[in-house]
Amino acid sequence: MTTLHHDAPDAPEPVDVHDPRLTRLDVVKEGLRRDEIELVTYESQFQGTNSKAEKRVVRNIALLFIIAGLAAFAFLAFYIFWPWRFQLGHTAGDYFTPLLGITLGISLFAVGFAILAWAKKLLPHEVSIQARHDGMPPTDEQKITGQTMIFVGDELNQGVQRRPLLKGAIGFGLAPIGLVAAAPLIGGLIENPHKADQPDLFTTGFSPVKNGGNQVRLTRDDGTPIRPEDVSTGGQMTVYPGVPHGATNEYADSPTLLIHLRSDDAEETRRNADGDRRNRGSMWGDYVAYSKICTHAGCPASLYEQQTNRLLCPCHQSQFQITRNAQPIFGPATRRLPMLPLGVDEEGYFVATSDFKDTVGPDFWERP
Amino acid sequence: MKRRTGKADLQQAPVTFAKGVDERFQASTPLRALLNKVFPDHWSFLLGEIALFSFIILLLTGVFLTLFFDPSMTETAYEGAYPALRGTEMSQAYASSLHLSFEVRGGLFMRQMHHWAALLFMASIVVHMLRIFFTGAYRKPRETNWVIGMALFLLGFLAGFTGYSLPDDGLSGTGLRIASAIMLSIPVVGTWVSASIFGGEFPGHLIIGRFYIAHVLLIPGGLLALISVHLGLVFKQKHTQWPGPMRTNTNVVGERMFPRYALKQGGFFMAVFGTVALLAGLFQINPIWLFGPYRAAEVSSASQPDWYVMFMDGLVRLMPNWQIYIGDYSIPPLFWPAVVGLGFFTTAPMAWPWLEARKTGDKRIHNLLERPRDNPERVGIGSMAVTFFLWATISGANDVIADKFHISLNAMTWAGRIGLIVLPALAYFIAVRVCLGLQQHDREVLAHGVETGIIRRLPNGQFMEVHQPLGPVDDHGHPLPIEYGGWVVPKKMNRVGALAPAVKGFFFPVEKPSEAPVSPGMPPISGDTREEITSGRK
Repeated sequence: MTTLHHDAPDAPEPVDVHDPRLTRLDVVKEGLRRDEIELVTYESQFQGTNSKAEKRVVRNIALLFIIAGLAAFAFLAFYIFWPWRFQLGHTAGDYFTPLLGITLGISLFAVGFAILAWAKKLLPHEVSIQARHDGMPPTDEQKITGQTMIFVGDELNQGVQRRPLLKGAIGFGLAPIGLVAAAPLIGGLIENPHKADQPDLFTTGFSPVKNGGNQVRLTRDDGTPIRPEDVSTGGQMTVYPGVPHGATNEYADSPTLLIHLRSDDAEETRRNADGDRRNRGSMWGDYVAYSKICTHAGCPASLYEQQTNRLLCPCHQSQFQITRNAQPIFGPATRRLPMLPLGVDEEGYFVATSDFKDTVGPDFWERP
Repeated sequence: MKRRTGKADLQQAPVTFAKGVDERFQASTPLRALLNKVFPDHWSFLLGEIALFSFIILLLTGVFLTLFFDPSMTETAYEGAYPALRGTEMSQAYASSLHLSFEVRGGLFMRQMHHWAALLFMASIVVHMLRIFFTGAYRKPRETNWVIGMALFLLGFLAGFTGYSLPDDGLSGTGLRIASAIMLSIPVVGTWVSASIFGGEFPGHLIIGRFYIAHVLLIPGGLLALISVHLGLVFKQKHTQWPGPMRTNTNVVGERMFPRYALKQGGFFMAVFGTVALLAGLFQINPIWLFGPYRAAEVSSASQPDWYVMFMDGLVRLMPNWQIYIGDYSIPPLFWPAVVGLGFFTTAPMAWPWLEARKTGDKRIHNLLERPRDNPERVGIGSMAVTFFLWATISGANDVIADKFHISLNAMTWAGRIGLIVLPALAYFIAVRVCLGLQQHDREVLAHGVETGIIRRLPNGQFMEVHQPLGPVDDHGHPLPIEYGGWVVPKKMNRVGALAPAVKGFFFPVEKPSEAPVSPGMPPISGDTREEITSGRK
């Protein structure tokens, strides 16, 4: 048995694995040979057995495992006994989540490092080389499989070619089944955005149509109506349609910003509004109301800069000039914010004399 | 006939069992091949593992969260443990998220683990893909895995977006609002797409339920399938390796999968898991109770999406307000960055391996990685992409930067717009120059040797630095030229073994230090002639 010489690993030859003289490593090496692997280096990282260095590594690994266990116990203890319910103020419960994180983190890290140290420091150092087989010239196998596939194709194809009835029948039979699979998905999901007489896309909660033909009041988020004197000069207020659920997400396109301008600004605003077909006569006194839903991506354009009369959308920083029909003056928005025609009813509360005359919210293809 | 003994042969039991298994499944040959499979090792090969481990953590923590989360948009008045929101109208989804955070023992910890693991998942995918790109690991035969990797990023992006939309808090509702606006911006079918997905006008009552099933079943199913194929291909095609001693294009140099490699993977998984646990415990993430329920009229500044969505948000912010009018119809500017941009940046790079192969005419199989410096043009293009991505991401937070550094918001936007065009070109130029410089330095060391830091004065008074040749020298002592091997060239004396090996032990040496390599020309001073260094005082 010349193959037992370990000093000649370059040319290993097959061995009989049932040979009782072989060590276990020899059998393993035969397996490696069959997997085309050459074990170039395989040596202990320590000099001799039970060396001082080895004992030290073993001690450290053991210590890490013990730390892991202790930290895991600590995690369980904190999880079970630490007060965890939320209470206002600074309480011990505030530390519940951090304690869980620290103990679990330490435990898992310790396990991780223990395993890593075991693999890197304790196991024998090894270098193996395995052969790759990609990029080899075409073999018989490629040819055989290719021909088989073409043959199978021919088998099916010739059958169909010679039997035209089959061809038509297959086409007629399978195509509708494919459509059947798609139909419920498409048919169930699809929604026509234009189906109603007053499509939701183009109407808001301020439309009198949905309020029995009556003009809709402007309300706060708790539903109370607003009088002109409720908004101080230079001030602004977010208002909602005075219909049931008007302030909820049911009417996500309806939030409106009611602004009480200073009189010189109001004059300029009115001049610009009256010069515009859609906004003419929409102001009431020094008050103006614009849709709060940004025409860019639909965020509420909620940051009102009193000094410059600009409205800023915090999502993508579109800026609108209040005094100039809320024209966009910076950022990605193209379209101005629609103005809500304001009026005051006989009881002295703000109403919308009609819905917005322009489409509210982000832009789309078929917007009129 | 065999004599029946009372006690079973315990020693023989596993062998019998294994034999039984093999007789039924013929598993021994493939199992041996698996045990013996050789893996190459390098720290950069572990970046993808972080993504894999994060995904496992996501599955584990995600299942826990589903036990408590109620994906319903039914309005309810909150009566839970968090006093600031008591009595507030909110959706069941938001209420159950609050319940999960405050009234489930350890629920907040699990939620934060899930979110941190998601951020880590996306981050490691990106860093892993940078490694793949800059080392040319995507070249033939691994183009398919590159494509799958891009698809995994896109799926992860969608998983993240659907996930952070679920709690239905103020921030996620704003994200949904923008998503609806993005759908609306698609020409011709935009309103139909939005109406179909939201089941009517935004927000409707269906979206959370639909996102929920997408987030917990459809997208993870896709991720799981793609990850399986991804790993299967890594297995089948064998991992790439760096060039180096013994390494060729037709072999793999490393260690067998079992036990050492598998153990190291296990340890690394625990370390990743531990990192996520520490992050989740110590660093608050997505405190939904501070945002309140979603209200269409409420948002504040510093509304940022998760980091991997920020590049898109940045592009949306930087896009000029160019609307295209076609008769009575129009295409809003939002369409270009959010639909075309996202679609292009996540799918166009899929074609890169074939584009590069076509340009270079290189149809060979590459199992050896390329050092980035050896392919300056690829590094240049990669740097362009990275710069573009980072600049767009930074622009996604331009309002926060403007606020913290007292910069005009408009100036930030303009800097973003100009930078997006100028900086990638600049990055290309710098990266190529850096690569060429590094190449040149490698060649210099190969030609002249390592700088020793020793200055020699010649008899004529001239000073010169002594170089340590890396290989044999000719008769005049000049180094013979050495071919560049595509791998690290030692540039410091300790890299060529000039320093003695470190002594093991913290407080005292645990073993005798091994002998330092001895240069035949410079025999070391023997122990006897060394003198103890003293302070000089008696």
